Amino acid sequence: MTVAINCEEIGKKLQEVFPGSVVSTGKADILVDANMLQQVAGFLKSTAGLDFDYLTFLTAVDYLEYMEIVYRLVSLNHNQSLILKTRCYSRENPVVPSVVSLWRAAYYQEREIFDLFGIKFDGHPDMRRLLLWEGFVGHPLRRDYL
Amino acid sequence: MAIRTEPFYLNIGPQHPSTHGVFRLRVTLDGEVVVGLEPIIGYLHRGIEKLAETRTYTQNIPFTDRLDYLSSMTNNLAYCMAVEKVGAIKVPERAEYLRIIFSEIMRISSHMMAVGFFLNDLGAMMTPVLYMWREREKIMDMFEMVCGQRLLYNYMRIGGVSQDLPEAFMPAVKKFLAEMPRYIDEYDQLLAQNEILLARSKGVGILPRDTAIAIGASGPVLRASGVKWDIRKMDPYSLYDRFDFEVPIGDSGDCYDRYWVRMLEIRQSVRILEQAVAQIPEKGPIRADVPQFFRPPRGEAYGYIEAPKGNIGFYIVSDGSIAPYRVHIYPPTLINITALQDMVIGWKVADLIIIFGSIDVVLGEIDR
Amino acid sequence: MTLLDQFQLLLKAENWPDWAVYLTPAVAGILLIIVFILTIVIVFIWWERRLLGRFQLRTGPNRCGPEGIFQPIATAIKILLKEDIVPEKADKLIHFMAPVIVFVPILLIFAVIPISEGAILVDLNVGIIYVIAISSISVIGIFMAAWASNNKYSLIAGMRAIAQMVSYEIPVVLSLVGVALVAGSFSMIKIVEAQAIPYVLLQPLGFMIFFLGCLAEMNRCPFDLLEADSEIVAGYHIEYSGMKFAMFYLGEYGIALAYAGVIATLFLGGWQGPLLPPIIWFLIKVFGIFSVIVWMRATLPRLRVDQLMSFAWKFLLPMAVINMLIIAIEVLVGTMQWLMIILNFGLAALLILLWSRLFTLGGGRVEV
Repeated sequence: MTVAINCEEIGKKLQEVFPGSVVSTGKADILVDANMLQQVAGFLKSTAGLDFDYLTFLTAVDYLEYMEIVYRLVSLNHNQSLILKTRCYSRENPVVPSVVSLWRAAYYQEREIFDLFGIKFDGHPDMRRLLLWEGFVGHPLRRDYL
Repeated sequence: MAIRTEPFYLNIGPQHPSTHGVFRLRVTLDGEVVVGLEPIIGYLHRGIEKLAETRTYTQNIPFTDRLDYLSSMTNNLAYCMAVEKVGAIKVPERAEYLRIIFSEIMRISSHMMAVGFFLNDLGAMMTPVLYMWREREKIMDMFEMVCGQRLLYNYMRIGGVSQDLPEAFMPAVKKFLAEMPRYIDEYDQLLAQNEILLARSKGVGILPRDTAIAIGASGPVLRASGVKWDIRKMDPYSLYDRFDFEVPIGDSGDCYDRYWVRMLEIRQSVRILEQAVAQIPEKGPIRADVPQFFRPPRGEAYGYIEAPKGNIGFYIVSDGSIAPYRVHIYPPTLINITALQDMVIGWKVADLIIIFGSIDVVLGEIDR
Repeated sequence: MTLLDQFQLLLKAENWPDWAVYLTPAVAGILLIIVFILTIVIVFIWWERRLLGRFQLRTGPNRCGPEGIFQPIATAIKILLKEDIVPEKADKLIHFMAPVIVFVPILLIFAVIPISEGAILVDLNVGIIYVIAISSISVIGIFMAAWASNNKYSLIAGMRAIAQMVSYEIPVVLSLVGVALVAGSFSMIKIVEAQAIPYVLLQPLGFMIFFLGCLAEMNRCPFDLLEADSEIVAGYHIEYSGMKFAMFYLGEYGIALAYAGVIATLFLGGWQGPLLPPIIWFLIKVFGIFSVIVWMRATLPRLRVDQLMSFAWKFLLPMAVINMLIIAIEVLVGTMQWLMIILNFGLAALLILLWSRLFTLGGGRVEV
C-alpha cells in the first residue's frame, strides 16, 4: 500500500535543515516557499529513508490570488508518497525554480504549465509552448482567460 | 579522399501511417542513422481540462473516454475514483467487481491492439493485427451488449457503473475466457521465436532502469525495464487485493521485452477475470446513491489506476459547486516518450518507427 | 526449333517477301506475349488479394463479380481515371521517364521464357545471362523515380533500392552458374530439356539462394523495405499517381511473373509433366511459386536495411560460392544424378546449420 508519509514529521525535519522553507503542512501535503524549492526537493530525493526518486504528476492550479504548483513524489523502494506544493503570487511574470535537473519527468509537464498558465520555470533547458502553437497569445487555463 | 556526409532533416509528419495518431517527429538523419530527434505535439489538443471546469462531474465522464480512446473504460474508472475520493463516496461491492471485470477485459483488448500494431510497424502486413482483432471483435461484442457502444463506452459513473449486465453477458465472458489461453498460445507460437522479430527488436531501443525511473515512466514500459511497479499490487485500488496474480517484468528494456511483457500481462488479466467472474455477487446495487448535481465538499484528491498504457490519474480540486474547480489529467504516454531521444539516437529510421510503436502511445492522451 | 521458327519457315515456303517473313512472326510473337503477360498479371492480382485475405482470416475481395474476379479490372480502371499529379519542383523529364525504364525491361525478360514446348520468342543461346542483364536495368529506373520526386522519403528509398538490388545480383548469378554447369548450356530450352530430374532436387542450395535473391530483386516481403508502408510511406513511388503508378504496380506483378517463370524453367522443369498439356503445367508451377511468395508476404515481418545487406554479403554470397564449387566438382567427376541428390541435400543442410550458428542478423547501433 503506498502510504502517504506523515507530513508533520517531514515538515519539522525540513524546517531543521532549511529554516524558513516550510510554510504550512496540511493533512497530506507540504507547502514550501518557492525560493527554497530546489533545495527541499533535492533533500527529499537524496536523503536515505526518504528516497523520493519518482515524480508522478506536476501541475498548477489557479486560485485567483496565487497560482499553486503541485508535485506528487513517490518513493519506489519504501512505497511512500508525498505531495509537495509551492505558490507563486505574481500574475504578470510568474517564475518558479525548475526541478528538471532532479527528475526528468518534469520536462514536458513544466513546458505544459508554461503553455497553459504562463508560469516560467527557471532552469528548464527548453522553455517553450508544448500543446498550443507558437504565436498563440494568452494562457488558456488561467481562470481569467475566458 | 574522405567522403563527407551532411545530416538532413526529415519530418515524420502528422500524417503518417505509423505514428499512431497525429504526432510529428522532426528527425535529423545522417544517411539512415538518426542523430537528433524532436517530438512536436499538440495537433489533437482539445482543451479537455478547461472544458471540464464548466461542466458537472457526471458530464465530464464522456470527455474522459476520448483521452486514450483505445481503452476508455480505464479512463472512466480513474476519473470516477478521483471524484469518489473527493466526495468520500463508497462504491457497492457488485459495482466494484463489474468495474474490475471491464477494466481487465479492456486491458486485454488494448494490449492486443498494441502488439498487433507493433508488428504492423515491423512490416508483417496486417496479418498479426487481423489475428488479434478476431478476439477484439468478441470483446467489442461483449461491450456492446452492456453499454451499447463499441469504442467510447461512457460506462462508469460516480459511485458505480451505469447499467447492470444483460442475461447473455456472463456466458459470453465465460466462453471467451475458456478460449483465450489457446489463442494466446497460438500467438506465442507464431511470434515469440520468429527470427526476424528477434533480430529486429532484441537489443533495440533499450531504456535503462535508472532512466525509466528518472523520467517517471509507468506501465509496461517501466516494467519491461526491470522495475516491479504495478499499482494493482503496490497500492491496490478497488478490490484488487482479493485477487491472485503476478506482475511480469522484463530484464533489459528493449522492444522485445515491452512486447513480451504485454503478452504476459494478457495472460494475467485472464487469470484475474476468471477469479472475478467466480467471485462476483449475484445481486446488489450497481451504483451508490449520488445526486445528479453532485456537490462534493471542498478539497482535492488524486485518483489513479493502472491503465493498460501506464498510470493514468486525475487530480481534482473541488470548491463545493456542481462543477470541478480544476481537473488535471496525468498522461502516462506523454511521460513515457520523454526518453525517446535516449532510446532512438544511434539507430536507423526503421528502428525509430519500431521503438515508437513499442512504447504504445495514443495521441488523445498526450494532447488532451 | 521453336514454334516461331516453324512459322517463319512456313512463310518462306509460301514465298512471302523477305521483310514480311522476318516481321510477321516477330510481331505475332510479341503480341501473344503481351496478351499472355497482361492476362496472367490480372489473374495474379486477383489471386494474391484472395490468398492474402485467406491468410489473414478474411475473404479477399468478393464484391466485384463472382468471387471478385473483376476486382483487378476495377482497380485498373480506377488507377487510369486518377489525376496525374507531378510535384512542382520535381525534375519533370526524369519523373516521366522513370516508370518506362522500370516497366520495359520486365517485358523484355519474357522474350526468353519458354511457356510451352517450343513457345518462346527467341531461343537465345545466352538465355540466362540475358535475363540477369535485362533485369538489372530496372534499378536505374527506380533510382530515377526516387530522385526526381524531390521528396526525402523517396530519396531514402532510392538509396536503399540501389544497395539492395545491386548486392543481391551476385548470389543470384552465382547460383545460376550451378544450373548452367549441370545442364551444359545457357539456353533456356536446352536447360528445360536437360531436366529429367528437376534441378530443385539436384541443387537445393542453389534453388534456395536463387529464390531468396529473386525475392530481394522483386522488392517483396521480407525484403520490401523500398516500399515499406509503415516507415517511408510508399517509398520510391510516393509521388506517382494515375497511369505512371499503374506502370509501377503492373511492373511489380510483371516481374513476379517473370521471375516465377524463370524459376519454373530453371529449377522445376519448365513445361514438363505427365498427362496435362505443357502450358497447363507451366502455369501450375508459376502459380505455385507465386503462392509461396504471397505466403511469405503474409507471414514474415520486414528486415532492416543493414540486416538485409549483411544477409546478402555474409550469408548468401559465401553459400553461393560454395554451392558453385560443389556443383563444379560433381560435374567434373561425373557423379550420377541420384548420388548428386543425396550429396547436395546433405551438404545444403550442413551448410545452412553451420551458417545459422555462426551468423547473426542483429546489431546495428551506431555511436553518435
